Amino acid sequence: MFHIFCPYCQEYREEEEFHPSGQAHIERPAEPASVSDEAWGDYLFLRDNPRGIHHEMWVHRLGCRKFFNITRDTASYEILETYRMGEQPSITAASAEVRREQGVQTADGGWQTVGARPENSRLNEETPS
Amino acid sequence: MTQSNRLNQGGRIDRSRRLSFTFNGQQYMGFAGDTLASALLANGVDIVNRSFKYSRPRGITAAGPEEPNAIVQLGASEAAQVPNVRATQQALYDGLVARGTNGWPNVQRDVMSWVGKLGGGFMPPGFYYKTFMAPASMWMTYEKFIRKGAGLGRAPTEADPDIYDHFNQHCDVLVIGAGPAGLAAALSAARAGARVILCDEQEEMGGSLLDSREAIDGAPASAWAEQVVSELAGLANVTLLPRTTANGYHDHNFVTLHERRTEHLADTAAGAGREGEVRARLHRVRAGRVVLASGSHERPLVYANNDVPGNLVAGAISVYIRRYGVVPGQRLVLSTNNDHAYRAALDWQEAGREVVAVVDSRAKPDGDLVKQARDAGIRVITGSAVMEATGSQRVSGAKVVAIDTERFVVTGKVETLECDTIASSGGYSPVVHLASHTGKRPQWRDDLLGFVPGEFKGMHVAGGAHGVYALGEALADGAGVGAEAARAAGFKEAAAIAVPDVAVRHESPISALYQVPHEKPPLRAPKQFVDLQNDVTAAAVELATREGFESIEHVKRYTALGFGTDQGKLGNINGMAIAARCLNRSIPEVGTTVFRPNYTPVSFGAIVGRHCRELFDPERYTALHQWHVENGAEFEDVGQWKRPWYFPQKRRAGGQERLETMHEAVARECLAVRRGVGILDASTLGKIDIQGPDAREFLGRVYTNKWAKLAPGRVRYGLMCKDDGMLMDDGTTSCLAENHFLMTTTTGGAAGVLEWLELWHQTEWPELQVYFNSVTDHWATMTVTGPDARKLMSEVTDIDLDREQFKFMDWKEGKVAGVPARVFRISFTGELAFEINVQANYAMHVWKALFAHGEKYDLTPYGTETMHVLRAEKGLIIAGQDTDGSVTPEDLGMHWAVGYDKPFSWIGQRALTRPDTAREDRKQLVGLKPKDPKVVLEEGAQIVLDPEQKIPMTMMGHVTSSYYSPVLESGFALAVLKGGRNRMGETVYLPMSDGSVHQAEVVSTVFIDPKGERQNV
Repeated sequence: MFHIFCPYCQEYREEEEFHPSGQAHIERPAEPASVSDEAWGDYLFLRDNPRGIHHEMWVHRLGCRKFFNITRDTASYEILETYRMGEQPSITAASAEVRREQGVQTADGGWQTVGARPENSRLNEETPS
Repeated sequence: MTQSNRLNQGGRIDRSRRLSFTFNGQQYMGFAGDTLASALLANGVDIVNRSFKYSRPRGITAAGPEEPNAIVQLGASEAAQVPNVRATQQALYDGLVARGTNGWPNVQRDVMSWVGKLGGGFMPPGFYYKTFMAPASMWMTYEKFIRKGAGLGRAPTEADPDIYDHFNQHCDVLVIGAGPAGLAAALSAARAGARVILCDEQEEMGGSLLDSREAIDGAPASAWAEQVVSELAGLANVTLLPRTTANGYHDHNFVTLHERRTEHLADTAAGAGREGEVRARLHRVRAGRVVLASGSHERPLVYANNDVPGNLVAGAISVYIRRYGVVPGQRLVLSTNNDHAYRAALDWQEAGREVVAVVDSRAKPDGDLVKQARDAGIRVITGSAVMEATGSQRVSGAKVVAIDTERFVVTGKVETLECDTIASSGGYSPVVHLASHTGKRPQWRDDLLGFVPGEFKGMHVAGGAHGVYALGEALADGAGVGAEAARAAGFKEAAAIAVPDVAVRHESPISALYQVPHEKPPLRAPKQFVDLQNDVTAAAVELATREGFESIEHVKRYTALGFGTDQGKLGNINGMAIAARCLNRSIPEVGTTVFRPNYTPVSFGAIVGRHCRELFDPERYTALHQWHVENGAEFEDVGQWKRPWYFPQKRRAGGQERLETMHEAVARECLAVRRGVGILDASTLGKIDIQGPDAREFLGRVYTNKWAKLAPGRVRYGLMCKDDGMLMDDGTTSCLAENHFLMTTTTGGAAGVLEWLELWHQTEWPELQVYFNSVTDHWATMTVTGPDARKLMSEVTDIDLDREQFKFMDWKEGKVAGVPARVFRISFTGELAFEINVQANYAMHVWKALFAHGEKYDLTPYGTETMHVLRAEKGLIIAGQDTDGSVTPEDLGMHWAVGYDKPFSWIGQRALTRPDTAREDRKQLVGLKPKDPKVVLEEGAQIVLDPEQKIPMTMMGHVTSSYYSPVLESGFALAVLKGGRNRMGETVYLPMSDGSVHQAEVVSTVFIDPKGERQNV
């Protein structure tokens, strides 16, 4: 059972509170009508299935109800970082070295980076009520 | 029967407390502190079981969880039956009842043993499949007898009277195993202030210290163990869990511990005088750091007839003598390839019994223990091994021969030594099982002749678990590793405890020996068992490699080596070594198989904990549940909700009173709604409160239809698709105010729809200002429907019910029965209907007021079954029943609810123009009217056009909803049918599994009031 750091609650919680929601960073084409049938099919159905670093979207279903992203090693099941919606991962399959210094230590001795590079922070802004 | 093998003194048992127990129907006596196994050995019980496949007599072989033979069925009563208990792990208690799991009619005389003697006594792997496969139709018959013969233990047929629970635990350092390394590690970590959990599977903590010949600080090793356990017990930051097995090592240092709390006292908690207490507990531990101090298992040697009762693992002999005061025989021959095993011979001799010889495969062993044995006058035969045991019900002798381990041949003449016990030791295998659960493959160490755990983050290994065997070294290793783990968990100052003084012993090195060569070729020699529990022989492993199974994983599956509850504890390394020899490879090249949780069997009770019976799955009740119960409702599960299914009434016929059948009740309820007035508790419908300036825009994007112009006070039915264009859910949404909407969902879809809305808002359109909240439980919903609905409502509400003022698909706020209410004019029955929403706490008052006024209109409560019939008569779908994730709004004929010209490309729009979703011949929703009105078609029945066609017929669709309509006085159905809308009036066929074929006419989905006049009055 995973031990997951919710980047919104800022706490470790058990996997039972969460629910996986598929591959992260799949953007819906802005103008669906101008997209070819094939490209639309790819958007709907094609997903990566890597052995190694993978970015996944999860939701803190029984907590803050927020969606967020996880960078996880699908072979070792190590969670390398969790980050908010709209942010980009700091660890990717392409990145030469896993950066650990800025993270928090996980129970399994790995590291979960908190608050990764906020390239697009619009999703984190409080919407005025 | 006397305890003929019990010593007069020694051991950690209490001779003043005599315990009586029954094994295989025979009564015996033992002492407090015994295990079932030690008590059986004390009583001279040789045969405890029959083997799994060949039905050979088997005796106790080991003293711990690795025991392959003494697997018993425990329990005095039917309800207390526990299968798969290792006698070596079961504490003896007064009144214990057990029997061997194999052996029929009993272990002494076994009818299945003829199977084992078939064909010259050789059953190759795959025997059952190869022999009993033809004809294939008979396999089920054969299997029944083979299973009865094999006997894998059995589950109780009565309910378990005990309770179990789960603990969620957190700690800085979890130490698994309380032997020398584990105790030292726990003490180092605990003294540093870390929260420590120390678990050990045995009755008493101490592990090998409890049967050690060595001294610590000049005192018996067991005294040091007692002292450390006592210090740990006094520390507030330490939790000691004896009788607790770490069974699974899961992701992110999540470890499951199985604690047995009353099983050492009686077979039920009540029987132990602990009525109502928890019998076993599963600790779900999230550990900062794990110290694996699980020790090692001694490997037996593989030689001919090594399964005859009286063949034991050498270390077990010492355990039985030193811990239980039991010597399991009179005359011992020890066969070994290492020094440590010599202690068995020394202990045996000191117990006053005869050691015939120690047979050592090494040419010149000269370690301290070897010298001690020689000094004690024990005959040591070097360069040799026990090649074969003689005897059938009990060992009668050992055939000893000089061997050449390199060339795998015997080199001398066979000498037969008379004895009744053969102890063997082929070295030690670190217990890597838990480390292997993490997915890390163990690593082979040539110097140890064993696998050690692979490196895993967060896991530290101490002592014998990674091959540090010598007592002094294991203590030092544990002390250091415990401190290291505490430091890693954040206790920077943690330091290793001072290591107590242990004399260093000179040991001569171990030499590799797994299978002992026999004078006959391996396939012709008597059976040499590798895996006793699964009856796998060396010949079977060799044959598997000859038949082309080269991967150890394939060898395992072909032969069953290391399968099931055994998980390869004794036999795996030997099996791999034999495979390696046959394939001419090294052991690390052959590799090891994967060990899986659980390490030892865990009872279902402990796994389930409190999640059983009424707590198995939470039940949800509406605010009106009590009324439904009192009025005799039958209930239906919808998701977690209990919904009234129908309300059977009492009927009088011929002076007899009886309850209506479901069919009668539903017909009565249906007619009441169509002719008078009925009422439904619809509170379970999902309700989502949606607010924000962009709420309207958001609705337009998630629903297929238009929302831009829905005015406050109006209600609209909406379809919700996934982006692939397939219908996901439906329901009505009401405009409460310009920025405020109330969405309803299907009962089962409520949570999923809320998450769906959040998903799109949070990930795609965060710029929209909109908020969602579930209000399902806040509002109770009562549907008053039927021609008399308005008359009844007018008596209880201040809302103007005039049809011009309060139109169909309007909603109004007002009072109903004196409490604030929202009333919606929506209809799921096709009749005039008012859906009353009140705060849930008021619901019972309002419901009763409606009935008080409704009596004169014969107000009839109806349940979900009538609701289904009424909606289906109107062709109204239920998402998830009439749709299955492959149905578009177009397929449902709901073109009218799709706004293709909306400015924003709403979810599902793009997909509806893909060629596949635009096909003309897709399955479309139609009505079916059976030619025979008495027929109610089966839901799920397949539709064909030509019932004479050869099987497989061309399937054109299937029935999705089907009921009997009391209004139509006929069965009717909804179905999806290829190109269905162009087949109106055609006859289709529904072949049934009994060979009959129903005929039906394709008709409109609306069976009653096609123009909708009845609901719009």
